Amino acid sequence: MAAPSQRRLDIDEVGDVTIARFVDKKILDENNIQIIGNQLFGLVEEDGRKKIVLDFTNVEYLSSAALGKLITMDKKVKAASGKLRLCNIRKDIYEVFAITRLNKVFDIRDTQDDAVAGL
Amino acid sequence: MSAVVHFDITIPSDTAAGHEVQERIVSLLEQREFPPRDIFSVRLALEEALVNAIKHGNGLDPAKSVRIHADVDSERVFVEIEDEGPGFIPDDVPDPTLDENIERPSGRGLMLIRSFMSNVEFNERGNRIRMEKLRSADESDEDEAA
Repeated sequence: MAAPSQRRLDIDEVGDVTIARFVDKKILDENNIQIIGNQLFGLVEEDGRKKIVLDFTNVEYLSSAALGKLITMDKKVKAASGKLRLCNIRKDIYEVFAITRLNKVFDIRDTQDDAVAGL
Repeated sequence: MSAVVHFDITIPSDTAAGHEVQERIVSLLEQREFPPRDIFSVRLALEEALVNAIKHGNGLDPAKSVRIHADVDSERVFVEIEDEGPGFIPDDVPDPTLDENIERPSGRGLMLIRSFMSNVEFNERGNRIRMEKLRSADESDEDEAA
């Protein structure tokens, strides 16, 4: 079991945009997803960040429970009048978004540069 | 490495135990050099089905267990997962892609299983899933998902 304090996101800032890169290859484990969710929500609720890009470069697997956290994150960002974009999603993972039609819900860009541009 | 492997295992209602089974089945596919996309599909379906059984079926009750049967050969993998819960009616699960459900954070696991596996069926009580993945032809991009 991962320690609750363990960082699951690498945070970078490009201008006023926050880049949060997932550290894990597999976002499957329930406890891990809970921790990732809390760290994501903290970006909005504690840090007050408004422009957030989630970078999936490292992510090879993603379960429906992880999708649930992303949906909640999207709602929290919108509620705070912020903007959320996703980027660097590999083909297999993109299919998970497409099957569930979440590719229509999230603003998904190919690269980090594309995601940052105009956010 | 084309020998047929069958195994039966009963695990507690604990997702860590579920992950061990998932790894065991995935490694059997890797040994048989299944295409990466097949391995992705099976791993994802196993994750969703095991979480459904452990969490939603058995309610994480330590007194309840999950029974798994797997057959793996070089052309297919078949997995049966049965929990001790009351079961559910798959057709009653709301369609998560409908506009009114699209922002609900749950309810997508079953859809992913159906999309990524070749065949999926439930028993009448709804506490047992049977799923099968047939080996893809090769690495060529067959996009069967809608």
